[in-house]
Amino acid sequence: MALTTVGSSSEAAVQARVAAALRGTRADVRGRVFEVALLVALLVSLVILAVLISRVLIDGLPVYTDRGWDFLDGSLSGSAARAGISQGIVGSFWIAVCVVVIAFPLGIGAAIYLEEYAPRNRLTSFIELNIRNLAGVPSVVYGLLGLAIFVEAFSGFSGATGVDRRTLAAAGVTLAVLVLPIVIITSAEAIRAVPQALREGAYGVGATRWEVIRSEVLPYAAPGILTGALLSIARAVGEAAPLIVVGAVTGFFSQGGGLNVGNVVDPGHLSERFVALPSIVTTFAKQPEEAFRVANASATIMAMLVFVLLVNSIAIILRNRFERKRSQ
Amino acid sequence: MATTALPPPESPVDLSGDPRRHRRERAMGVLFTAAAALSLVISVLILVSLFSNGLEFFTDVEWSRVFDAGSWSPRQGEFGITTILAGSLIVTGIAMVVAAPLGLGAAIYLSEYAQPRVRTVLKPILEVLAGIPSVVLGVFALNWIAPEVVGRFFGEENSSGSMMAAGIAVGILTIPLVASVSEDAMRSVPNSLREASAGVGARRMSTTLRIVLPAAVSGIVAALILAASRAIGETMVVFIAGGAADAATYTTNPLDGSLTMTAAMASLAVGTENVRGAGLAVPSLYFVGIVLFFFTFALNLIANRIVRRVRLVY
Repeated sequence: MALTTVGSSSEAAVQARVAAALRGTRADVRGRVFEVALLVALLVSLVILAVLISRVLIDGLPVYTDRGWDFLDGSLSGSAARAGISQGIVGSFWIAVCVVVIAFPLGIGAAIYLEEYAPRNRLTSFIELNIRNLAGVPSVVYGLLGLAIFVEAFSGFSGATGVDRRTLAAAGVTLAVLVLPIVIITSAEAIRAVPQALREGAYGVGATRWEVIRSEVLPYAAPGILTGALLSIARAVGEAAPLIVVGAVTGFFSQGGGLNVGNVVDPGHLSERFVALPSIVTTFAKQPEEAFRVANASATIMAMLVFVLLVNSIAIILRNRFERKRSQ
Repeated sequence: MATTALPPPESPVDLSGDPRRHRRERAMGVLFTAAAALSLVISVLILVSLFSNGLEFFTDVEWSRVFDAGSWSPRQGEFGITTILAGSLIVTGIAMVVAAPLGLGAAIYLSEYAQPRVRTVLKPILEVLAGIPSVVLGVFALNWIAPEVVGRFFGEENSSGSMMAAGIAVGILTIPLVASVSEDAMRSVPNSLREASAGVGARRMSTTLRIVLPAAVSGIVAALILAASRAIGETMVVFIAGGAADAATYTTNPLDGSLTMTAAMASLAVGTENVRGAGLAVPSLYFVGIVLFFFTFALNLIANRIVRRVRLVY
């Protein structure tokens, strides 16, 4: 009798009472505070990113509105109002080319070896450990490698002497070597994700190992490999420390740094001395004049960030797409 | 009886196919092996370049000038390694104070709290931050963090930056690294542990703090070690915003300008064409490189070992 009254009168109220009894009387204040603190930690990164990008735009945009294409087109100069970054664009372009031509084939090749050919033995795990360690070597140390080995090696070909030996080719090879471990690690991960069944199917119809790799493994792993490749280009184009150690032209911008631009895609640039966008940013930032240190540095950063962020976002979108497709 | 026997094959059928296929097969194998072996060659070349050029420093330097000198001023023959070691430790320490809570907090949120849809919106923030080149952070540290953050909160405004400004910027650079490695560690904690914890009535905070974090602790430690290694090796931020040009005197005050090992290398390198032959300045560049290389090598080795152990457990 009593039971039916309770049940019929207000079932919802009882449920709420039971739920409250189970949950306890206190509201979970500490839990909410904890969650909010975690979210704040994440949002701080967002705020920093927003401040950073708005700072770059506020400081750098006036240079473009005042001077238009002149800044991208002009030459290095001791005068802040005339200085341009065309030589830096040439240098960064050729560095990206070096990464594509040298680091991509070598890195993907090494990844194929590690995943498809290498026997599971001590030597292989030593090579893998070595690659992980190379990925952690500070970039400035790669600069020393470039200065001591590549600068010397290339001067043997070109016969250049003194500072003229510090060429764009040496810098490009140095950065290709710097990003090589990244290309290897990301490509190896992409190749590892290829289902074994694809390989077995191809072997079953009589394909050789290379034919399996070319017709099954590489096409399936291509988006993952491309993602790593794009990230490595962005990394190389933004890297300044090795360039400075290898010998990017710093200071003495009064005569345009003695660097000609001519045709951007002329491979002759490789045998000349060089600057690149990140090394120009460094030089500008080191000037006492505010027109260099703030305005011109930020404008150069804008040019560099447009490229770096574009390449990075393509890589992120590509990877997200690829992951979603595979998980279906 | 009426079955007709197949005619015997005149010769064994050659199933091996076109010999060119086999030649190509062998050639590709050799090429891939060579590409992998090249990574070993690079490591050897790094060591050779460091030691062949740094040797002169080890044999010729007066070691009292290395360990007792109160300043790093290689062009004047002062090689006070303690100065730049202190600089590196201070900048790395500040960076870790910034990156550890922010990176870990972000990782815990993304791994334990965020709905999948929120995650896909928030995660790319860290990825974009990870892609910002370090020179950009350097200029940001010099032009904004130094006056607006360090100047405002610590009341000291050094127009060429300070270790504090540089350390904060290096910390920002390493947030994504801390976040992604420790998030991976937390996501690899099996869900059954979380479910068991929820099943005995634990709230999400208790589950996170008492179950997930202890289970992921080695991955988190590895993330922090990798971040420290990255911070020690970070060059451009300190070179641009560290507040010292090419020489520094020993200081432990983070609001002073000073040089780290990396910034000392960069500033030496900027002038190498002028100082060639000027005493031990150039060999000292390689000497600092050797010290830095082994610092980061040891940290990375430890972190990799820890990460591998985590992978074995789950």
